[in-house]
Amino acid sequence: MKFDVRKFTIKEAAKLLEKGEISAQELTEAFYDVIDAADESVGAYISLNKKEAFKQSEKYANGNKGTLAGIPMAVKDNMCINGMKTTCGSRMLEGFKPPYTATAVQRLIDEGAVILGKLNMDEFAMGGSTENSYFKNTRNPWNNDMVPGGSSGGSAAAVASGQAVYALGSDTGGSIRQPAAFCGVVGMKPTYGTVSRYGLVAFASSLDQIGPITKTVEDSAIVLNAISGKDPMDSTSVDTGITDYTYGISEDPAGMKACIPVQYLAGGISPDVKKRIEETIGFYEKSGVTVEEVELKLADYAIAAYYIISSAEASSNLARYDGIKYGFRSENFSNLSELYSNTRTEGFGDEVKRRIMLGTYALSSGYYDAYYKKALKVRTLIKQEFDGLFRKYDFILGPTAPTTAYRIGEKAENPLEMYLGDVFTVSVNIAGLPAVSVPCGLDSKGLPVGLQLIGKAYDERTILRAANAYQSQNPLHLPFEEVSHEI
Amino acid sequence: MKYEIVIGLEIHAELSTKSKIFCGCTTEFGGEPNTHCCPVCTSMPGTLPVMNEKVIEYAAKAGLAMNCSIANFSKMDRKNYFYPDLPKAYQISQFDLPICSNGFVEIDSAGENKTIGITRIHMEEDAGKLLHDEWGKSSLVDYNRCGVPLIEIVSEPDMRSPQEARDFAEKVRSILQYVDVSDCRMQEGSLRADVNLSVRPAGSEEFGTRTEMKNLNSFRSIFRAAEAEAKRQIRLIEEGGTVIQETRRWDDDAGKSHSMRTKEEAHDYRYFPEPDLVPIELSDERINNIKESLPEMPWERFERYTKDMGIPEYDAGLITASVRTADFFEQAVTAGADPKTASNWIMGDLMKLMKEIDTEEIPFSGEDLAELIHLIKDGRISNNIGSKVIEKMFRTGRKAVTIVKEEGLEVVSDEGALEAIVDKVISANEKSVSDYLSGKKKAIGFLMGQIMKETRGKANPGVVNKILLKKLDSIGDM
Repeated sequence: MKFDVRKFTIKEAAKLLEKGEISAQELTEAFYDVIDAADESVGAYISLNKKEAFKQSEKYANGNKGTLAGIPMAVKDNMCINGMKTTCGSRMLEGFKPPYTATAVQRLIDEGAVILGKLNMDEFAMGGSTENSYFKNTRNPWNNDMVPGGSSGGSAAAVASGQAVYALGSDTGGSIRQPAAFCGVVGMKPTYGTVSRYGLVAFASSLDQIGPITKTVEDSAIVLNAISGKDPMDSTSVDTGITDYTYGISEDPAGMKACIPVQYLAGGISPDVKKRIEETIGFYEKSGVTVEEVELKLADYAIAAYYIISSAEASSNLARYDGIKYGFRSENFSNLSELYSNTRTEGFGDEVKRRIMLGTYALSSGYYDAYYKKALKVRTLIKQEFDGLFRKYDFILGPTAPTTAYRIGEKAENPLEMYLGDVFTVSVNIAGLPAVSVPCGLDSKGLPVGLQLIGKAYDERTILRAANAYQSQNPLHLPFEEVSHEI
Repeated sequence: MKYEIVIGLEIHAELSTKSKIFCGCTTEFGGEPNTHCCPVCTSMPGTLPVMNEKVIEYAAKAGLAMNCSIANFSKMDRKNYFYPDLPKAYQISQFDLPICSNGFVEIDSAGENKTIGITRIHMEEDAGKLLHDEWGKSSLVDYNRCGVPLIEIVSEPDMRSPQEARDFAEKVRSILQYVDVSDCRMQEGSLRADVNLSVRPAGSEEFGTRTEMKNLNSFRSIFRAAEAEAKRQIRLIEEGGTVIQETRRWDDDAGKSHSMRTKEEAHDYRYFPEPDLVPIELSDERINNIKESLPEMPWERFERYTKDMGIPEYDAGLITASVRTADFFEQAVTAGADPKTASNWIMGDLMKLMKEIDTEEIPFSGEDLAELIHLIKDGRISNNIGSKVIEKMFRTGRKAVTIVKEEGLEVVSDEGALEAIVDKVISANEKSVSDYLSGKKKAIGFLMGQIMKETRGKANPGVVNKILLKKLDSIGDM
């Protein structure tokens, strides 16, 4: 029997496992074969977890038979797994092995998931291209000269290149949705509080959220079922009362009301992206969804507010990397002050330092009111503006990013231009809302475009239903050729 | 010129919750270094704090006992600074919305009642401890104390002398012990104070420039540091200098302080709301429940002791000053001891013994004191023996009955045994006997003394007196 495991969705793989047409060990082995063949050019993985993964796959025979049992997946390297290296893409945490497992990952392990390895990312999740990783560049599976997006670039590239059935990413300002868009897969950022952050190395605590990167919208809902829920270890996690995110996912979207902010199709958006988004509007209208143009006046302020709030929190969250307790320590010091400054000078990359400085400045005495406090006010106003839209509409649609994937190195020297790439994603984190990015075709260079659907808080099911309606009529394309991998 | 001293205190008290403020680790003092900690205490990447509800309750209790208003809505904030004993490089504390504010405490200083305002009480976490020197160039860190819950009590600048500062600190400790939210063991550092002090010409309305002395861990050092700092500032001004706003470290051995950092060198803590914790919301109902759970306060007990039990005010004041002494007293009374007698034993023998070894702990219970009092009341031991027994109880923790039995201290009332001793003393002291018989009745005192000496004080004086008189009378009749 022949399967191309790279194309497997969770549902397909689970069915084959259940029927016994493939064993969990065979499936795991097949994925390591794919990784051997593909990852040299893609560079999605930072570390592999072979020994433990095979042990996990062996449990399938006598263990949990849930949808996720025995399914090989991979985890962004900012989620802690007991005894496994967790680097956060940074020299600062090179060799760090946490003695605990992130709640979201533990919930997958409890469901019988097989963890193939840890995935590359921008250092401490800061960046939109995965070029800020201390360890390596990850390449876009559609075109290896292009970035995969970021910061969860490893996660999106692994799923798009078939090196994992699905992956976990984290999203602080678009870090799941933007790489999912660039790599042509589905990326979901749940409502803030839906998934526990315990064990997720913090970047900006009030914005960070773990979510799935999958091939299909339905898979996204399946993973969300497993990882969501109140966690006593995370006080900001919420009991949403929702246990099944697949519920109603296949229902006809006719009658739903959607809107598109005019700001989302203006400004620096590429014509190709605009065209694809306009086509999706056409699709929804044909499907009986009304789509109206609206104003989202504060959209312009979202990036400024986001970079102040996220950098301020990051400057504090990353202060613990001081060379005293774990991780990297400079060998070059003769007193405490030098130990601190040399460890942090040598251990952090440029982008991380840039944000620490920005955040420290924004919180400093004399500047706090002008920057941090003002950003918090903008945050409140942005939330209110979204609340206003959601009183009239079921979801908001628009592009996930203003462009498709760009060349590796193209924006590396221009951080500000890179920050502008977050224009459509950051306000979602600022307002704590759920959003999903679904592939909606290719641009003229053959690179994927992402459609972003934003929902109201805790209403993931509405955007999953709308996204699924689109995807079921516009099936997923994967970048690799139709070559089967025999097992 | 005459100067007025102005003092405000910041008192840090460790709360006596079983577990730490943000994780389940024990708060127990001591332990091998880094054995009372977990990934949350050492702030490993990805770990998160979870608020211990008991800490909120304890802080609210302390606030209510100090007449504060309790906030329906408060929050935690991050105070950012680098130091190796602070593993997150920020302390989770409260900045602009503390749980308690606007309270007061009444103190009795030099016989006068005075009200000291409480600006605020907020919750925060303790840091670890650095261990220096023994390892040559390097230092080691012990994170056991990391995350032990603290409250910081900030007073108004209402104290006008080092003695008032001391009295206020002692009163705060007494209140915290009464509401049972802190052990306040100063030698273990569970109560420490920062002294903010300035001086101004007497009669002036304006405050002088203040200095802050950090981490004073005894009432004595609060007093001495305040006294020395007031003198230093006055001398400085008299000599034409100016006081600069600075943080100073008090060296208790040397009896003086030295500058740690000036205002210009002060940290910018970059406070901002802690995003890992949700705001603390306390309903009026919950605050009322906490209020109702408050135990009887020292001033309430004082009323009861003086009015219902007839204890003198001075004695009641001293007994209620410490909840331990007051509880001990009540135990004794509950076990049947006469309140006045129990109070006398505490005020006399016990206070003296406690002072001798500088302790607040009585190593036996109030029931044990009641037992001793009953032994005396029943005539089984004398008052004098009682004093010896209580000292032994204090030193060994053994029970009165055991000490009396093992050491044969019980009063001898057996007439047969006493008669033999009386006979022996009479025949050994013919002079006194004849003095008595010739009318010098006082001589009987000497004979009684000799008999008590022979019995090492255990003879029942009444019985001895009766036998002695009978014997002397029979000699006189001869």
